[in-house]
Amino acid sequence: MSLHAWLLLGAFLAVLLLTTKPLGLYIAHLMEGRLRWARPLENGLYRLCGVRPDEEMGWLRYALALLLFNALGVLAVYGLQRLQAVLPLNPQQMAAVAPDSAFNTAVSFVTNTNWQGYAGESTLGYLVQMLGLTVQNFLSAATGIVVVIALVRGLARHSASTLGNAWVDLTRATLYLLLPLSLAMAVFLVGQGVIQNFDAYREVATLEPAQSGPQLLAMGPVASQEAIKMLGTNGGGFFNANSAHPFENPTPLTNFVQMLAIFLIPAALCVTFGRMVGDTRQGWAILAAMTLLFVVGAWAAMSFEQQGNPRLAALGVDQAASVWQAGGNMEGKETRFGIATSALFATITTAASCGAVNAMHDSFTPLGGLVPLANMQLGEVVFGGVGTGLYGMLVFAVLAVFIAGLMIGRTPEYLGKKIETHEMKMSAIAILVTPLLVLLGTALAVSTEAGRAGIANPGTHGFSEILYALTSAGNNNGSAFAGLSANTPFYNLLLAAVMWLGRFGVIVPVLAMAGALAAKKRIAATAGTLPTHTPLFVALLIGTVLLLGLLNYVPTLALGPVVEHLVLWMKA
Amino acid sequence: MKTLVRPAVSLFLLLSAVTGLAYPLAVTGIARAVFPEQAAGSLILEDGQVVGSELIGQHFSDPKHFWGRPSATAPQPYNAAASSGSNLGPLNPALIEAVEARLEALRAADPGNARAVPVDLVTASASGLDPHISPAAALWQVPRVARARGLAEAQVRSLVEGHAEGRQWWLLGEPRVNVLKLNLALDALGQ
Repeated sequence: MSLHAWLLLGAFLAVLLLTTKPLGLYIAHLMEGRLRWARPLENGLYRLCGVRPDEEMGWLRYALALLLFNALGVLAVYGLQRLQAVLPLNPQQMAAVAPDSAFNTAVSFVTNTNWQGYAGESTLGYLVQMLGLTVQNFLSAATGIVVVIALVRGLARHSASTLGNAWVDLTRATLYLLLPLSLAMAVFLVGQGVIQNFDAYREVATLEPAQSGPQLLAMGPVASQEAIKMLGTNGGGFFNANSAHPFENPTPLTNFVQMLAIFLIPAALCVTFGRMVGDTRQGWAILAAMTLLFVVGAWAAMSFEQQGNPRLAALGVDQAASVWQAGGNMEGKETRFGIATSALFATITTAASCGAVNAMHDSFTPLGGLVPLANMQLGEVVFGGVGTGLYGMLVFAVLAVFIAGLMIGRTPEYLGKKIETHEMKMSAIAILVTPLLVLLGTALAVSTEAGRAGIANPGTHGFSEILYALTSAGNNNGSAFAGLSANTPFYNLLLAAVMWLGRFGVIVPVLAMAGALAAKKRIAATAGTLPTHTPLFVALLIGTVLLLGLLNYVPTLALGPVVEHLVLWMKA
Repeated sequence: MKTLVRPAVSLFLLLSAVTGLAYPLAVTGIARAVFPEQAAGSLILEDGQVVGSELIGQHFSDPKHFWGRPSATAPQPYNAAASSGSNLGPLNPALIEAVEARLEALRAADPGNARAVPVDLVTASASGLDPHISPAAALWQVPRVARARGLAEAQVRSLVEGHAEGRQWWLLGEPRVNVLKLNLALDALGQ
């Protein structure tokens, strides 16, 4: 990896860590109800909705509220797509979306996956993009945040029967956190060249009209969607090419800000967690584990992409990095981003469950493409999605103290809470539901004609395309090896089911665990308590995450990218 | 359960109005007031006619122009209403064939040029609309463009160097040349 690539990674982490503490404390203040600047709007909403803000909910009621709220989201996004031909703000007169595709997209955006079987600029009108997709970018992000806040309250409270009020938490996460950040970021993006208008697609003459004819430029309210797409770790592009499209991500600076926006809230939530459980070191330990795992992935992806493609080298193509070019594996990458920025973005977007892309992962080198795949397979806990990453990591922390407890023969405890049978059952479900969905889904797709029909690249890469799709859906990431033709009834329905279960099959047991933890008494730490803020625990946590990931997925990785790597570099 | 339905439905509708209507409209209003040109697509005007957007690449095949990145959009390259990469894997024979064909076309247009071709000139971009090529890719094309226009190579080369952008703050992005702007400057030279 070049010095420049290291500097870029270092600058990214430095700026990120500068924001982490202030934003984390802000979120803690917010979720503890101490922020008031939007109170008039907030209280007005509660009055209109019949919400009594001081009424707390137990875990089951909290979970039901979220399920109901999200189910409404699916209905709304589905309905808007089906009806878009007769709705306003559709200057290109996009037709109604087919039922299977509309259902897939609805589930995809509600579950914060933002998998896209469709191409934005040739499928959706502006109203659907705004009132359907942008709304879910906010609300699915808010859902993730409130789930982790509920879990943290479960850890922080003792002998309590409630976790908070879901309506209040959703409203506050949206109004005080996501909206102001998005507004600021959207305006910045427009300043850099991201478009924001309601015009019809614009026809322009070109410099070679005789040979190429005029060009039709897709338009739309892009910046407003782009901002929350990154901040909410959603990742669903306004356009098909996502953050590779110059109208979504025009400059290296917008790209840097977009990368920061992905990790901004997931990193800050670690501080929020530490603050709310009354021991900030706990949050920093989690953040340290995430950061270490992330840096290894970033190093690997940047290194392998810079190596380039030996088959192109054999044709005499110049892939060497120099002051005049980035070199490396440039298929599916933009010139302004080159190798380091594209590979770093790919690592960030899959470490967090964002799924936006600024380069086509399908064209990555085998091991460069293995990094995004493995990031997702670790369960989206390396920063992870807003909220989802931290609650995923806290479940792993519970598992880590359990494993440590087995090794030293003591009852495991975490943050003064005894970890007992019920908690272990819930964390086992939360950890195993996704690998089950991914592996069974992949098996189903590769063993059916309908599944294999979608493959674009021959050989072992075709298997990787299917594995990537199921991994992305199950872990609610949304990026793709996009050669796979996934806009078919088979994939639309299979992936929709996997996305929904991968989301709420984790959220419900996490909330159940939160409820049980809240009810427990707090026990004092003794000499036999394993401290959970030390480097030893960070190592134990990383080990647990890696062990589970390896056990679940190594055979599939061997069949896909590893074989492909060996073939690519084999001497002819 | 029944006591959950009213807050769920009404909160969903109200938050939808705030985030799905009020917010994008507010951004549009601010954008129009503060950054009207960017919000409309950074369009380039030449003699009263919009010839393109400085952010969106165009297809060039005339030897007198610098050529951009290969584009995988369909049905024609640089279709700005259907962005797309090729999604070809590194081992896919279709990728190797495509690169061979591009090499051949570049060599055919400039038979005397024996230097190795920079990789971005023979590989498809992620969006299919990449407005840039690397300075290396532009410099590689200087002899052809100069000959086709009857200009001195040094003059074309200095034009390329004048249009080259470096990394931002020595850190962000990669060195690049905006092909449309470079070609506009070339055309202006000829007049």
